[in-house]
Amino acid sequence: MKTRIFVTLKNGVLDPQGKAIHHAIEGLGFSGVQDVRAGRLIEIEHEPGLSKADLESMCTKLLANMVIENFEIEQA
Amino acid sequence: MRAAVIQFPGSNCDRDMAVAIRDITGADTSLVWHRESVLPTGLDLIAIPGGFSYGDYLRSGAMAARSPVMQAVIAAAGRGVPVLGVCNGFQILTEAGLLPGALMRNAGIRFVCRTVGLTVENSQSMFTSGYSAGEKIHIPVAHHDGNFFADDATLDRLEGEGRIAFRYAEPVNGSARNIAGVLNDAGNVLGMMPHPERMIEAIQGGSDGRRLFEGLIREIA
Repeated sequence: MKTRIFVTLKNGVLDPQGKAIHHAIEGLGFSGVQDVRAGRLIEIEHEPGLSKADLESMCTKLLANMVIENFEIEQA
Repeated sequence: MRAAVIQFPGSNCDRDMAVAIRDITGADTSLVWHRESVLPTGLDLIAIPGGFSYGDYLRSGAMAARSPVMQAVIAAAGRGVPVLGVCNGFQILTEAGLLPGALMRNAGIRFVCRTVGLTVENSQSMFTSGYSAGEKIHIPVAHHDGNFFADDATLDRLEGEGRIAFRYAEPVNGSARNIAGVLNDAGNVLGMMPHPERMIEAIQGGSDGRRLFEGLIREIA
C-alpha cells in the first residue's frame, strides 16, 4: 500500500525557493503565473495495517517541521 | 573542565570546534559519535558543530536531531549543561526542539560564505559575557540555510526575554529581525549561525570568536 505525504510551507512563511522558481518560469517567457510555492512529496510504501495515527505521528515527529510546515496525508 | 563535541556523518567543523575549545579553555575535549546514547560523565560543555549532517537530507539538521546522542544532549541541556550549536549545530538544536524557530533557505537562495558584522545583543549570558552589549564583532558565516524564522509572538518573546544573543549588523540571509544567534529560556543553550571557532587567532583574520570561549570558561569555572 502506498501513501503520499505532501509537506508544504505554512501560509505567511516566505518561500525563497518558490520565488526563484517563479523568476525562472518568467525567464522562460511564460506569463500569467502569480505565485509559486515549493513543497515536498514523500511516498511511503507500507503494510495495509499501518494506522493513520502512526502516519500522522511520522509527520509531526520527522517529515514536517511544524514550526514552518503543514502536511497532508493522501492514502491511495 | 570537560567538553564533548558531537560528530554526525557530514559534520565538518568538529575538529575546528574541538581545537578551539581545547586551546582556549584547556578542557579535556572528546569527540562523541552520533550513535552513542550516553555522553561522557561530568561534562561542562557540549558543542554541536557545523557541517552538513546527513547531507542536509529532508531539512538541515532534521536527521541529526533524531539520532541517539541527541536524546542524551536534550537530557543534559535539561540538567543545565551548557550546549553550544554553531551553524548546522544551530539547525540541529532547533530541529531537536531545544531552541525555538527554524532555519530556512537563505532569502537570496545562494550559499553565503564571508565574514559578517554582528552586534552583541545580550552580554549577560554565559556564552556572551566576554563581550559588551551593543559591541560590534566580526565572525564568518558559511551556510545555505541560515534564514531564521519564528512567528511574531515568538520573536517578541525572544526580544523581551533578552534571548537574542547576536544580530547581523546588516541583512545576510533574510533572518527575521536579523537574528544570528538565540538562547533557550534557561540561558544554557545557544545556537548561532556564525562560526566563532573560525575566528580565534590573528592568522584567521581576527579573534572575535575567541572571547565567546573565554567568557564561557569564566562562567563555568
